[in-house]
Amino acid sequence: MSAVDDARGVLERVFAPDAVKVFAMFAGIWLLFYWFGDQLGYTNPFILSLVRRVTFLSAVYALAVLALNIQWGYAGLFNIGVAGFMAVGAYSVAMLSGSPSGTPPGLGLPLPLGILGGVLAATAIGLVAALPALRLKADYLAIVTVAISEIIRITFNSPAFADVTGGASGFDNLPVDPVRTLLLTEPGSIISEPTALGQPIFAFAAEHGIQRLTVVNTIYTLGTLVVLLGVYLLLERTGKSPFGRVLKAIREDETAARSLGKDTQNFKVRAFALGCGLMGLAGIIWYAMGPRASVVPVNFRPELTFYIFIALIIGGSGSNTGSILGGALFASLLFEAPPRVATIIGNRYEIAADPANLVQALAPIVDGELMPLAGFLLNNIDTLRFIGMGVLLILLVQRRPEGLLGARKETAAAVSLAEDTRTGTAPERTTAAADGGETDE
Amino acid sequence: MERTNLPEDGVRYARANPGAAVVAAFAALLLLDLLAKLVGVSLGPLTVAGIDFGPFGGEMALTRVAGYIWDGVVIGLVIGLASIGLSLTYSILNFANFAHGDYITAGAFSGWAATYVVAGLGGLLPILETAVNSLTGIGQRSITDTDLVSLVLLQTPPATAGANVWLSPVAVVLGLVVAVGLTIAMALALDRVVYKPMRGADGISLLIASIGVAFGVRYLVALVFGNSRRIVTSTEKLPEFTLLGTRINAHEVTLVVVAVALMVGMHVLLQRTKLGKAMRAMADNRDLARVTGIPTERVIRTTWILGAGLTGAAGFLLVLSQSGLGFTTGWRLLLLIFAAVIMGGIGSIYGAIAGGLVIGLASRVSLVWLQGDFSSFTDPAAFALMILILLFRPSGIFGGVKTA
Repeated sequence: MSAVDDARGVLERVFAPDAVKVFAMFAGIWLLFYWFGDQLGYTNPFILSLVRRVTFLSAVYALAVLALNIQWGYAGLFNIGVAGFMAVGAYSVAMLSGSPSGTPPGLGLPLPLGILGGVLAATAIGLVAALPALRLKADYLAIVTVAISEIIRITFNSPAFADVTGGASGFDNLPVDPVRTLLLTEPGSIISEPTALGQPIFAFAAEHGIQRLTVVNTIYTLGTLVVLLGVYLLLERTGKSPFGRVLKAIREDETAARSLGKDTQNFKVRAFALGCGLMGLAGIIWYAMGPRASVVPVNFRPELTFYIFIALIIGGSGSNTGSILGGALFASLLFEAPPRVATIIGNRYEIAADPANLVQALAPIVDGELMPLAGFLLNNIDTLRFIGMGVLLILLVQRRPEGLLGARKETAAAVSLAEDTRTGTAPERTTAAADGGETDE
Repeated sequence: MERTNLPEDGVRYARANPGAAVVAAFAALLLLDLLAKLVGVSLGPLTVAGIDFGPFGGEMALTRVAGYIWDGVVIGLVIGLASIGLSLTYSILNFANFAHGDYITAGAFSGWAATYVVAGLGGLLPILETAVNSLTGIGQRSITDTDLVSLVLLQTPPATAGANVWLSPVAVVLGLVVAVGLTIAMALALDRVVYKPMRGADGISLLIASIGVAFGVRYLVALVFGNSRRIVTSTEKLPEFTLLGTRINAHEVTLVVVAVALMVGMHVLLQRTKLGKAMRAMADNRDLARVTGIPTERVIRTTWILGAGLTGAAGFLLVLSQSGLGFTTGWRLLLLIFAAVIMGGIGSIYGAIAGGLVIGLASRVSLVWLQGDFSSFTDPAAFALMILILLFRPSGIFGGVKTA
């Protein structure tokens, strides 16, 4: 045994628990973005703001991916209408809890009631979509769900209902951010007198030169992480419940599950509705309030669904921990990192060239000039990022369709089938446990 | 022979398929409403449960309906052409290609770039003349100094470039050829790199891969041509005539002629040649086809060539008639194309053509009912039609007769 193998063994054991994996990944993301901020010459409060931003995006992506995982990873339902259900959630909250005096007017219900209503609305729309759609083949289901999500978006976008939805310019009259209600006496104004709870927090922040808005957003982000943990635990519990075991059985072999007397259709509809409800929740936390609050139809284009899908495939469909890893890695490394890296490279190598198009960027190469091309690519980093996502998706499907964690065995049985439980045999560790198998003890 | 009793049959059908009966009743209601509108009969404003549905019937000039129908036919033929391609790959490679819309975009951009260059340089003759001059010194250089880069990138104003079937027909034909050729080359290259390594994979894996391809192609086009939408064709001096109050211009006529010719060619190819037979066999049962000695890889290649060629042509023609072009043009059309393919039954090229026409007509004629603020609901109307067909007749309105 070489030292390298030993070290690897130790590492594998340390990283075996899911909590360590997730924590290590977040720590890595925070370190990376701290370094980005440092390289960009940000002061500490701005670095905090940057790290906060990437953490929030990671958390909301992880939430949406978890919701998709219950549908695709567990029940094998290929839903590519995620954006539509998120829109239903976000719009419902805005309509239920927006103030009645603003435009477009809301109903002015308390926020918890509004959130509940939003989740229920998304669930209900999910049920309506699921009942007929689940009779279809997988690829038909995909087309139907993406069509439904477009119908939802176009309906919200239409001038015909602009009095209720705000039309193309979106629902402006959003409910008050709950963190502001908690910390400020007048939630509408960030400079108003803090409440008893807000007093020490703002005082502490002011000492370190952190602005109030950053404080509010940071606390909201921490709240989002708590919600993420809650949803994760709920889904872990669901996955191990009889309900979740039937879902896994359906994913592996629906005919077999049906022959065992399970009403698979019923289970699929319930899984679909649960997933849609959670998508609604993700939409609410992401867009209806908090730092990225904006309920506008363009937010809910099918592209959003595809981002969430890429994130799920990175993490590995079928694994809840994988969903969180995938969501966070997608949001941080694929979405937020490239523009930062481009700015850092541009500053470091003093690339100032700004050709108007690809031809002007490529032509100087003949004379050995690479700067125009570099400048062009850095300026179009957003476009390149999408090309990169496409290439990554293809590579993942071709080479590693199981993603980061999708390959590990999630036994449906209550006892580990790999364990030899006969009396008289030596209690030996079997291979199934060594490959990170989740046991249900 | 026993005489059939139509009303009785109808009742039996309605009892067996309540959903379909509701749909049929709704369609009949809309048709009656259209007839009432044309005649000019209106039955007072209808108010059901406090919601004002407006009057039944009303006023609608025949010329306006004719205009909607013509628009529907034009867009329907484009959708039909693109649907053939999607339907072919769907049935033979067995997956829903989400990158199909971006093949349209790629075809449109490459074709129009070629048209711009040829038209902007003054046509083929001056180009040849200049080429001969620079090689041999005979004749003269007739090309004046032109900004080639902005021509290739479609940044020259359309009127300056002369992107118009009347002013530079040769350039338009060449553009069409380039659109077809480049889309075929791109589809074959993508097949080699992306789909071939996963030939045996299930439909969902291939579908996901095609989403990746869609992202790659769409943003590659954006990288080269920029992400702003532009007007590409010019209608300067374009001949047009009026039929039933509908103005029909030469671009639309060109589109109809070319599209119909391509469709007829496709029919002949699939029905009269051995290749067509092989393709139909493979769509039916791939393993059996291989056992019978059909070279499946070659059939797949042919499928891509035919499908992508028609798709590239559809993209080029789409721009010819609608004149706007952006890097999301094809992607926005994709769901309508899916609707057409599903309506016609996957694998049937006649179904795809008919489905394209139905979807095209539905998306334009629905403007008869969806007026004013509701006019943005034409696409949802077509999507809803597709969902209904999937629910009540998943094999398509033509009953899943496989022809390709």
